[in-house]
Amino acid sequence: MQRIGVFVCWCGTNIAATVDVAKVAETLKSEPGVVFATDYQYMCSASGQEIIKNAIKEHNLTGVVICSCSPRMHEATFRKTVQAAGINPYMLEIANIREQCSWIHKDKEEATEKAIILGRAAIAKVHLNAPLTSMESPVVKRALVIGGGIAGIQTALDIADAGFEVDIVEKQPTIGGKMAQLDKTFPTLDCAACILTPKMVDAGSNDKVNLYTYCEVDKVEGFVGNFKVTIKQKPRYVDATKCTGCGECTTKCPSRKNPNEFNMGFDNRGAVYIPFAQAVPKVATIDPDDCIYMKTGKCGLCAKVCTAGAINYEQKEEFITKEYGAIVVATGYNQIKPTEFEEYGYNNYKDVVTSLEFERLMNAAGPTGGHLLRPSNGKEPKKIVFVQCVGSRGQSCRDKSYCSKICCMYTAKHAMLVKDHYPDVDVTVFYIDVRTPGKNFDEFYRRAVEEFGVHYIKGMVGKVEEEDGVLKVQASDLLANAQIHMDADMVVLAAAIEPDKSARPLATMLTASMDTNDFFTEAHAKLRPVESPTAGIFLSGTCQGPKDIPETVSQASACAAKVIGLLAKDHLLCNPCVAHSNETLCNGCSTCANVCPYGAITYEDRLVMDKGVRETRRIAVVNEAVCQGCGACTVTCPSGAMDLKGFANRQIMAEVDAICR
Amino acid sequence: MQVEEKKEFTPLIVAFCCNWCSYAGADLAGSNRLNYPANVKIIRVPCSCRVNPLFILRAFQRGADGVIMCGCHPGDCHYTTGNYYARRRMTTLFSMLDYLGIEKERTRVEWVSAAEGVKFAATMKDFAETIQKLGENRKLRDLRCEK
Amino acid sequence: MREIRELLVNKIKELLDNGTVDRVIGWKAGEFCYDVTPAIFTKDDSFDDFLFNGFCGANQSKYLIEETKAPGRDEPEKGKILVLLKPCDSYSFNQLIKEHRIDREKVYALGVPSKGMLDVNKLRNMGINGILGIEEDGDMVKVKTLYGDKEVARKDLILDRCRCCKGSKHVAYDELLIPEAEEWEKDTTDRFAEVEKLEQMSAEERFDFWRSQLSKCIRCNACRNVCPACSCRTCVFDNANSGVAAKVNADDFEENMFHIIRAWHVAGRCTDCGECSRVCPQNIPLHLLNRKFIKDMNELYGDFQAGDDTETKGPLTAFTKTDAEPSIVYSRGGDK
Repeated sequence: MQRIGVFVCWCGTNIAATVDVAKVAETLKSEPGVVFATDYQYMCSASGQEIIKNAIKEHNLTGVVICSCSPRMHEATFRKTVQAAGINPYMLEIANIREQCSWIHKDKEEATEKAIILGRAAIAKVHLNAPLTSMESPVVKRALVIGGGIAGIQTALDIADAGFEVDIVEKQPTIGGKMAQLDKTFPTLDCAACILTPKMVDAGSNDKVNLYTYCEVDKVEGFVGNFKVTIKQKPRYVDATKCTGCGECTTKCPSRKNPNEFNMGFDNRGAVYIPFAQAVPKVATIDPDDCIYMKTGKCGLCAKVCTAGAINYEQKEEFITKEYGAIVVATGYNQIKPTEFEEYGYNNYKDVVTSLEFERLMNAAGPTGGHLLRPSNGKEPKKIVFVQCVGSRGQSCRDKSYCSKICCMYTAKHAMLVKDHYPDVDVTVFYIDVRTPGKNFDEFYRRAVEEFGVHYIKGMVGKVEEEDGVLKVQASDLLANAQIHMDADMVVLAAAIEPDKSARPLATMLTASMDTNDFFTEAHAKLRPVESPTAGIFLSGTCQGPKDIPETVSQASACAAKVIGLLAKDHLLCNPCVAHSNETLCNGCSTCANVCPYGAITYEDRLVMDKGVRETRRIAVVNEAVCQGCGACTVTCPSGAMDLKGFANRQIMAEVDAICR
Repeated sequence: MQVEEKKEFTPLIVAFCCNWCSYAGADLAGSNRLNYPANVKIIRVPCSCRVNPLFILRAFQRGADGVIMCGCHPGDCHYTTGNYYARRRMTTLFSMLDYLGIEKERTRVEWVSAAEGVKFAATMKDFAETIQKLGENRKLRDLRCEK
Repeated sequence: MREIRELLVNKIKELLDNGTVDRVIGWKAGEFCYDVTPAIFTKDDSFDDFLFNGFCGANQSKYLIEETKAPGRDEPEKGKILVLLKPCDSYSFNQLIKEHRIDREKVYALGVPSKGMLDVNKLRNMGINGILGIEEDGDMVKVKTLYGDKEVARKDLILDRCRCCKGSKHVAYDELLIPEAEEWEKDTTDRFAEVEKLEQMSAEERFDFWRSQLSKCIRCNACRNVCPACSCRTCVFDNANSGVAAKVNADDFEENMFHIIRAWHVAGRCTDCGECSRVCPQNIPLHLLNRKFIKDMNELYGDFQAGDDTETKGPLTAFTKTDAEPSIVYSRGGDK
């Protein structure tokens, strides 16, 4: 039997004006197990807390009930108080007689009666409370960033800046991501390379940052503070420690018909290649599908010209296992190939390109050296049509339901750059809505229209067909309510962006949740936007939703701040109100694991002694560091083996009984 | 249905509220001094998915006249998915109780966010009025016990 | 039926002799000829009292939990057990595999055909009493009684649950006794018809119906013991710490609570095998509780058959963001 003390707070007149506090204390004193009851003006004050502490010592209390304001207000305070007096902080329950009683009722008799019942429920619960201890788990002071685009780089640099080691895993041979392919950036028109490459160099040279390029995450085990990750290093067939990045091999390689991914296939690269001049690390990679030696055993020219002796055709994939305290997902996006949108003719006509392809055609380091030329004939275009929302904001199965967010702005940028470089080119943009929320965004768009004379037409393009080398564009003008037929030399499609394909299997490995579009879900849409609901997994950049560069970078830094906050701790104190499974009751049926949002439940074969028999059984085991204590598993468990500490089945039923008495 | 009108009848109502949204919504109703009937008694649970049908049956067994469960709005669950499970559980349970002859109006689910103090108070008021009209819960008493 | 029994016994003996299995769970006569009981036979046993007839309704999959569990510390490792699954039993078998309750490696599942199981109560309802022996002969059933011999059409004795048979296809097996068993001709009924009838009643009528039905319960636990889904190692109603266990009725809600919770605990896992109602000595139509859950879940969350496979999550352990709100109950079924 517990020895319970009841403390009724007046909260000045907040409670005492409508609740007869003395009567509450007096009545609750006669409840079973209650050995002490009193009331006081302000229980949360220093002297109020002293009353509690003294009573605990004097009456050897094992449990405490405080009738006061909401537990959301002072539960933490009173837990500390009782702990200071030597009893477990979880032997405390609060009856909310202010927010849920005195403040909402006028009639004193009625309010007093309700306060007594709420007190009884709390007493009934305390009878079944058990001391709980927060588990401590150590934190590995290293972070893993998956993805080496601008989001991953920014997060890694910020974490490194705080003094923590951070590894970046990038599946491409170089970090840099999509931003490295861009020409200029909105709304300031500074060049992407000029602002990105210094950051890439920083990441490459920072002592605290390790780059694992041409690598993929293979396996993730563990939980917040203690992840164990296996990274797969794909073979480069080049010894990265020896390669100087001189590029001799790349120019000598006789295999020259391989589309250059970095330039969106507008030109070719050798079988051995360095993706672009500013690549970090600047190390050559051999594509075994393109390499003549790897396919036929004859050639080996690159090995001959390499003075560093870095070429190694025998290289095998390697696996590296490391421990991390936190994992950041920064897997980014891809632009869809609009092959399903036959009306735009992307599959048939070379002069119909996506906006990312257009970026390369405009880029000084691109296949045309920055001269905008029609891919079909290498001549300068005179009329360009931009089509917005290709595959975004649609209802059909080929469409994404969401807005890709960046297209309005980069199209304004493209239009402006074209007009800037080639003022005589006629530029038309077909749009559904122009969305420009963002600092200096609307001003930027208005400049395109007002200063540069870009034609914006509200309406969608219905058809693009080529006739005698000219693209015939059919479209509607919704404002003029007219059909438009227009000739164009190039059509640029603002195709939707979607999460990288590697995100879905990664989410499964991380037990991090995703939405139906394969964007990672944040822990709270408003209040915890850079954390995944799975503890220790953080989200940076477009893996969480479409974002432009300024937004990506701010989110990346916010994400780093959250990671630093975690890594700065030596130990994590876990919430002790977690689920646990009673091994003699557990059926091992896996139903609980099916509903756990955190992947906190695993199963193990355990020797169990039950009803005098010792046998091996499949038993659910809750990882207390991962469990957040929602209780979904407890209800799905038919045998009642799964219960929640602090909100146990019997405790809640005792409250029900006390209320319904 | 025929229930003898007892003038002094005050229904007993148990409200399960999730800690993160609805309990906070109830607190907000309190801070704003929004009145709702005193016969509504709140039990705090971490999430609506913690509410076991056993608790609801237990309340009816012990004489509750109505049971209401409140949680975060679907999509806003603190634990991401808890209220989605709760929604299916309560829908099927309530349908079963109705099938057994416990009036369906005696059970209710309402999503109340931490910002919806007004909605919380209004919901409780409305629910209490509904139960008041329905009268005392008959419970699925065993016929043999009436001898 | 005789020929099939012979075929089956030969098959069993073959599997025992060639070492595929070391025992078989079959059926043998109980106190009365219609009171067939599951029993274990080994190679050394005589198969004279092995039965296979229209009263072998018992779903044997549940016994496999105990038969395939890891051996205790001093127990020897047992070999495979042969289980005889009727098509409907194979659903429960799958469901138990899904829940990791049966070690599939330790079972050899032989699919046996079924043309509907028989209900002795239907004979009684025809006024046939003092039954001494029952012989199935094609479409007819010959009954020996204290008062002389009777003959009835087999189709008139089919268990109600078999009249809404899931079909003659097995969803799990290692081998089929008759590989291409034809669909039997059944006088089918819609399995939800009775549920719908109740739903059409007023709340008052439903209340009275269930009150009279559930008040018959003697809490013998037969429904719980036979149910393949109700297979917890320790039932909440037997667990002193669960808060709901009671040896003696605490109040008049007890039996109701038991049946509602039982139906709830098997919701989404119940294959609708109908054993609960078949074994109830008080003839309470317990399957109507389970079927209500099944009907609701099918209508609200899409058709689902527990035990169809060993992977799909049950409707109560899954969700969609656009699921119906609980308030839908106010506008569904029955009167206001």
